[in-house]
Amino acid sequence: MLSFNLLVAICLVYVAFLFFIAFAAERQAASGERPWLRSPLVYTLSLSIYCTAWTFYGAVGYAARSGLEFLTIYIGPTIVMLAWWGALRKLVRIGRTQRITSIADLISSRYGKSTLLGVLVTLIALIGTTPYIALQLQSVTLSFAVFTEGGPETLNSTAIWVAVGLTVFTIIFGTRKLDVNERHHGVVAAIAIEAVVKLIALLAVGIFVVFFVAAGPRDIAALIDASPIDVWELRPERWMTLIFLSGAAFLCLPRIIHVMVVENADERHLATASWAFPLYLFLMSLFVVPIAVVGLAMMPLGANPDLFVLTVPLALDRDGLATLAFLGGFSSATSMVIVAAIAVSTMVSNHIVMPIWLRSVPSGATVSGDLRQVVLVARRVTIAAVLLLGYLYYRVSGGGTALAAIGLISFAGVAQVLPALLGGIFWRGATRVGAAAGVTVGFLIWAWTLFLPSFGESGVLGAEVLAAGPWGIAALRPQALFGLEGLDPLVHSVVWSMSFNILAFLIGSFLSFPTPLERLQGASFVNALSPGGGARSWAVSGAGAEELLVMSQRIVGGRDAQALFEAEAAEQGKGGYLPEVTPEFLERLERVLAGSVGGATAHAMVAQITGGASVSVDDLMKVADEAQQIMEYSARLEAQSDELRRTARQLQVANEKLMALSVQKDAFLSQISHELRTPMTSIRSFSEILRQSEGLAPEDRQRYAGVIHDEALRLTRLLDDLLDLSVLENGQVSLNTREAALDAVISAALVATGVEEEGLVVRREGGGDGVRVITDPDRLSQVFINLISNARKYCDAERPVLRIVTRDLGDRVAVDFIDNGSGVPGDAQELIFEKFSRLTDQQAAGSAGLGLAICREIMLRLGGSIRYLPGQGGGAFRVSLPRAEARAA
Amino acid sequence: MAQNPGPLFLARRTYRRRRLMDIGRLMPFLGTFLFLVPVLWAGSVRTSAGLVYLFVVWGLLIVGLALLARPISRAEADPEKTASHESEGAEEP
Repeated sequence: MLSFNLLVAICLVYVAFLFFIAFAAERQAASGERPWLRSPLVYTLSLSIYCTAWTFYGAVGYAARSGLEFLTIYIGPTIVMLAWWGALRKLVRIGRTQRITSIADLISSRYGKSTLLGVLVTLIALIGTTPYIALQLQSVTLSFAVFTEGGPETLNSTAIWVAVGLTVFTIIFGTRKLDVNERHHGVVAAIAIEAVVKLIALLAVGIFVVFFVAAGPRDIAALIDASPIDVWELRPERWMTLIFLSGAAFLCLPRIIHVMVVENADERHLATASWAFPLYLFLMSLFVVPIAVVGLAMMPLGANPDLFVLTVPLALDRDGLATLAFLGGFSSATSMVIVAAIAVSTMVSNHIVMPIWLRSVPSGATVSGDLRQVVLVARRVTIAAVLLLGYLYYRVSGGGTALAAIGLISFAGVAQVLPALLGGIFWRGATRVGAAAGVTVGFLIWAWTLFLPSFGESGVLGAEVLAAGPWGIAALRPQALFGLEGLDPLVHSVVWSMSFNILAFLIGSFLSFPTPLERLQGASFVNALSPGGGARSWAVSGAGAEELLVMSQRIVGGRDAQALFEAEAAEQGKGGYLPEVTPEFLERLERVLAGSVGGATAHAMVAQITGGASVSVDDLMKVADEAQQIMEYSARLEAQSDELRRTARQLQVANEKLMALSVQKDAFLSQISHELRTPMTSIRSFSEILRQSEGLAPEDRQRYAGVIHDEALRLTRLLDDLLDLSVLENGQVSLNTREAALDAVISAALVATGVEEEGLVVRREGGGDGVRVITDPDRLSQVFINLISNARKYCDAERPVLRIVTRDLGDRVAVDFIDNGSGVPGDAQELIFEKFSRLTDQQAAGSAGLGLAICREIMLRLGGSIRYLPGQGGGAFRVSLPRAEARAA
Repeated sequence: MAQNPGPLFLARRTYRRRRLMDIGRLMPFLGTFLFLVPVLWAGSVRTSAGLVYLFVVWGLLIVGLALLARPISRAEADPEKTASHESEGAEEP
């Protein structure tokens, strides 16, 4: 048996070693190069503060009493780590971008840097942590007691010395400086070492038990089957509740958030930890059942199973192994206490002490003097106070089984933060009111149904309150709320507290309206993983850069603050230390300050100086309006440029047409001169012959006069056409509109042209059913005549055929004139309807190129149209005009 | 403000990365399911068998996470590449 003094000596050497490691790590961190401190392995190991002495010793006891249920405590965190990609990564990212210092800071920052929420979460953390620290003190004390025969006096003094030692260590390494990132390299290094020690210790005891006490795994399996826990008495409601609870606690415990989010140096470490930490838990629990069954088999009845890890090696005279196991338990307890004390003290100083101080000192943020000292002193005092509270709790509760149950009770308490936490990072609609309501309601129900009854019948709640409810109201009995009886007290409490917590959170969020800052923060939390920064949280203000510098120096220290301001000024293109106070700068400054004093306090301090010029609804609207205006403007520009492009295209087309027309007109002028001159010439010459030649034969004279007459007619027709066109174009034409059969009009036109006698084959298709149109039949006939005679004149096929097709186009009727000639080439199809246009000079005589122009004008007047119809295997024109019915309708 | 929904079609490699991330998101549900399976056997199974089941499931999940951790964080490490070269083919081995 080891002597007590030797054990104390070993402990002191171990602690000295930890001090050395912590100092070395701090020095390495200070020198700038810290390869191993930044490794993912250290990060993973630091997460192992989840495994406290409660799990180190308690898991074996738990397994000896309830079989496999102890595994739920490890399965919960494993499932949370399984969600690293979906959830934890976001949490860590938020922690880094918002410079989160604690779980209280996280919640308070998310909900508009609310001081109220910060205080609430801090109180929950404090109440949840104190018994837990007491539990650690108890387990260290008990493990000491295993080695000594000392009475309660010795135990108490041990507890005191452990508490004092832990306080000193924590204060030295936890509050050495006020880091802008709130990272404690020394502490993290020490925790990593302790994590290795506790893992090796448990594995060593486990391997010893399996391979040296028992004869390998088979033997262990036989021992399990022979033990009192041979049948797995799984209670589904407890199984599920405990998995949920441990997972929730893993997300909400202040110390876990501290190592996982606050101390995280590199986001990629999480990827490694995602599998390495479950592996750690796996190894930690691998030998728990073997140790438990071997202990149950070999230890005398009534031995405390919580201490099997120590007592089994001791009973077999393995002092070295027992010492290792003792150090493992010691490591578990101390690392938990250290980190928990740092985390809680950070919260208390940032969310309780600083706000009070800021309020109590008039114009607090603007006076000079080093504020860091205030913060550090607050933290040191808090650390000592938390440990003192833990010690007092241990003394008052008197140790024993009441304390052993506190682990899960404490889990259930901190789990009340979970809805606000998850709601905060995944739901933008979560509001401060909802979060505060949920946390408060959940916390009160937890306290009433689980925490207060945990003190037993002699505790805060008397026996009659537990049995009959307060003032005899049975519905409010702590362990049978609303008459829900027969449930396991823990399950009962978790079900009620979480249900009402979530309900209050949702209702509060639905009914309340968030402040602008809250909405900004909500957006930047929920969208933490998407690229692109959030909106600004400061409006431009008249804050003095100098005042800000004074304040910053007091929080982050003169050197860092000056460097920050100088860099900012340089970035803005200014010399010196006083940059322009832009919203971006205020935001950055606030983040830096938040790293030291928490988001809410930092915001309040900056607000004091800038005169509370935080972002307002108007600013938000203005930003939104500006963006809206810019978007509208650019859309308008785009529309305008589209229109310009369209217009330009139209202009170009028009220009081309004008050019062609100009050419055409020139051609026509010479044409018309020619057209007019030819008949005039023959009229003049023949009339001269008639005048000068006396002795003409009567038939000659007759012939010459006939020529003159014909030529005069041709001139007249030309002039008629021109006149007709000008009348039509000026809209002076009077139409004789009436209902007519389309068929009859076509027939009349055919007869009038007499083409069928001249060898043109005409085929008529469709329209035989006597379509009636309202039109001016004479004018329409004129159009048809023109088209038919065009076909006769220009169709160059050997056996010309003209198809006249009548089609029904709904409310319109179309008459297509399709010949089998070579048609009109594409570029001329637009031009042929212009005045004086003729494609060729072939058979030019008798045509001035006015026919189609007249047709187009007529059809326009008649409410129809005439177009060239390409792709019909010859020249094709479509005349379309409204039907009689449509017209009448 | 309208958000850019990103391109509609992705290169094969990017597509694989996205599905990898989907697996990452599904892991907790898989784990929860597997760890809740014993609830179905409540009271009818021996501790030794339950122990073996739980540790095998646990081990497999850890292996799964370990296999997933590297490719998934690499995929996230160069979002520029995944974002801007969506339409290009795989150029890295």
